[in-house]
Amino acid sequence: MSDFVSDFWSIYITVIVVVGIVGLTYLLYTQSKTTVQKGEEVKITGHVWDDDLAEYNNPLPRWWMLMFYITLVFGAVYLVLYPGLGTWKGLRGWTSVGQYKEEKAQAEAKYQPLYDKFMKMDVKAVAADPEAQAMGKRLFQTYCVQCHGSDARGAKGFPNLTDNDWLYGGTPEIIKTTLNGGRHGQMPAFGAAFGEEKVKDVANYAMSLSGKKHDAERASRGKETFAAICSACHGPDGKGNQALGAPNLTDNIWLYGGTEKTIIETVTNGRNNQMPAWKDFLGDGKVHLLASYVWSLSNKAKAE
Amino acid sequence: METQSTYNYKVVRQFSIMTVVWGIVGMLVGVIIAAQLVWPELNFGPWFHYGRLRPLHTNAVIFAFGGCALFATSYYVVQRTCNVRLISDKLAAFTFWGWQAVIVLAAITLPLGLTAGKEYAELEWPIDVLITIVWVAYAIVFFGTLAIRKVKHIYVANWFYGAFILAVALLHIVNSLAIPVSMWKSYSIYAGAVDAMVQWWYGHNAVGFFLTAAFLGMMYYFVPKQAGRPVYSYRLSVVHFWALIFTYMWAGPHHLHYTALPDWTQSLGMAFSLILFAPSWGGMINGIMTLSGAWHKLRTDPVLKFLVVSLSFYGMSTFEGPMMSIKTVNALSHYTDWTVGHVHSGALGWVAFISIGSLYYLIPRLFGRDGMHSSKLIEAHFWLATVGVVLYIAALWISGVMQGLMWRALNADGTLTYAFVEAVKATYPYHFVRLLGGLLFLSGMLIMAYNTFRTVAAGRPVDAKIPAVAAHAH
Repeated sequence: MSDFVSDFWSIYITVIVVVGIVGLTYLLYTQSKTTVQKGEEVKITGHVWDDDLAEYNNPLPRWWMLMFYITLVFGAVYLVLYPGLGTWKGLRGWTSVGQYKEEKAQAEAKYQPLYDKFMKMDVKAVAADPEAQAMGKRLFQTYCVQCHGSDARGAKGFPNLTDNDWLYGGTPEIIKTTLNGGRHGQMPAFGAAFGEEKVKDVANYAMSLSGKKHDAERASRGKETFAAICSACHGPDGKGNQALGAPNLTDNIWLYGGTEKTIIETVTNGRNNQMPAWKDFLGDGKVHLLASYVWSLSNKAKAE
Repeated sequence: METQSTYNYKVVRQFSIMTVVWGIVGMLVGVIIAAQLVWPELNFGPWFHYGRLRPLHTNAVIFAFGGCALFATSYYVVQRTCNVRLISDKLAAFTFWGWQAVIVLAAITLPLGLTAGKEYAELEWPIDVLITIVWVAYAIVFFGTLAIRKVKHIYVANWFYGAFILAVALLHIVNSLAIPVSMWKSYSIYAGAVDAMVQWWYGHNAVGFFLTAAFLGMMYYFVPKQAGRPVYSYRLSVVHFWALIFTYMWAGPHHLHYTALPDWTQSLGMAFSLILFAPSWGGMINGIMTLSGAWHKLRTDPVLKFLVVSLSFYGMSTFEGPMMSIKTVNALSHYTDWTVGHVHSGALGWVAFISIGSLYYLIPRLFGRDGMHSSKLIEAHFWLATVGVVLYIAALWISGVMQGLMWRALNADGTLTYAFVEAVKATYPYHFVRLLGGLLFLSGMLIMAYNTFRTVAAGRPVDAKIPAVAAHAH
């Protein structure tokens, strides 16, 4: 696809560039002919400003002129070889996209066999392989730490991957599915439907499920609302539903925080959270290694 | 005071004093944000957060410190080399108060988080409008004074000042075009890659015309004056002036190598950045060679030291710049501390040094003294500043190259050797040395403020008489 809306702009650019480089060369050439003979005294131009400001008219230093000519020639040659003069593609046919594709292909040819070796092993076996673990860890440190942290313990809104508490499930297959397709976790907002009091009641019930200090009277009222509404996703016993990514509310592990204030915020406004899909970006080989590494984080004993 | 038989030094005095004041303010903010990079705990609340103080630092040092130095010296030089008083005292006074208003508004709005989001052009549209009005007034005063000059030839310093005033007007207006949506919010009229290209066409030419051409104008007056020697080569002035102002206009795309900018634009940016090397050095050669026959003065004259060392840093950073614009080098240096170090070798080593040297020449003459209050303190300032710059840029060279190498290091399996945060951690010691360099530079400025205060306190404002034009100047 051309970068120009019409040929005019391509010609416009080309003409200015060529005239520019030729003009600079000509300017330099016309001023380069003067020289001084050995022993000849250089005169001042005769103009004087502000009492004593005067100018010699020394010839241009030869080494400087040479340097100038070299860069002009380099510029001209470069613009013949590489794109620059409007739509002229350059004799080398180079493009930045081409360079990217070439380097990517080289990298794939070089590294793919390493990944292929592990693709033949199942995730648990890969998790037991020290070389694969080291590679998985490095991949994790590049692609995952921004959200899950360099210790994989997550942060507010980003799950801890080391605690064996899973929103969507922690089997190797499910971890792979999560990595490949990403996840989009949504909880609807109930602030308008419940009203302030009811929200507070439900929050206290949720706190009671995890054995946190709570207002018993509110919790007992909240239990009814929970059974009627919240249980649809979080289950009648509050243990969640991994098919939906609905968190277990009984384990005192909180994605956004377990204080009354935060839970009220969650119930009132809902939550909307997304993990990106990695399949196209990383490819099967890296996803396979990452899945095994993430699995091993909460299954250390089994992996070793 | 007498008006028509004297030069207007009042506006020069005002801008000179404010150069020292804003220099200290801008460099202090620089030291604070350097400290924040070493100790992130120093980010207090939204107002004093790095993200808001950093544009305050750049605006303060470039437009407040550098800008005031240029107003002061250009008004002084254009009068003295044209043998005529500024064409309008009122308009000149307006540029002073208008420019100070711009600076104060910047110092208020940037910490409040009001920003157009363009680097070195962050100020929102009402301030942009004010800048434009002040700048037009500046152009009228400068070119008007040139027009009524009593000497036939226009001195080379004025070519550079003139090019700077014209180009900055063009750059500021084109890049700042925006649609206001409220009093303090506007959106650029450009989008996507075009916006990026316009921004860096502006950004690089702000370096080229504000921080290079204009300060070369300063150099062409104060170096031969302080050295007491004629300029080395008129011919070289002509060639490097025209080559410089033509070529700079093309170099912007090297800020956008390997981005969404079309390949042809990047190539042109790189080719012309390399061609820019010789024209840039033309100014350095002309300045340094002016000293031939006066080298011995360097031993005893600290003002000349500032001027000459500024030219050395200018030569170094204008060699470094074209090298960094080569795509292969840029692939390593881009986004690293190296870029920041490069900018500071130009901004501290060249811009600040030449300004400081020129002010030490200027201030005694504006206040009827033979010299600054203390030559020893100038010497102390020189060494503090020199060691400061060297520490600063050496630290960021090391950390920049290190970052570039760490980011691209690969393991045998093709994975990255270092997580990003490991590179961040590795830069801490170098950021500390950079803070130290900045502190030294700032302490030099404090000495300058004291020296200036003593000089001014013991002197009195003087407006020099305009001499009759010598016969041979016609």
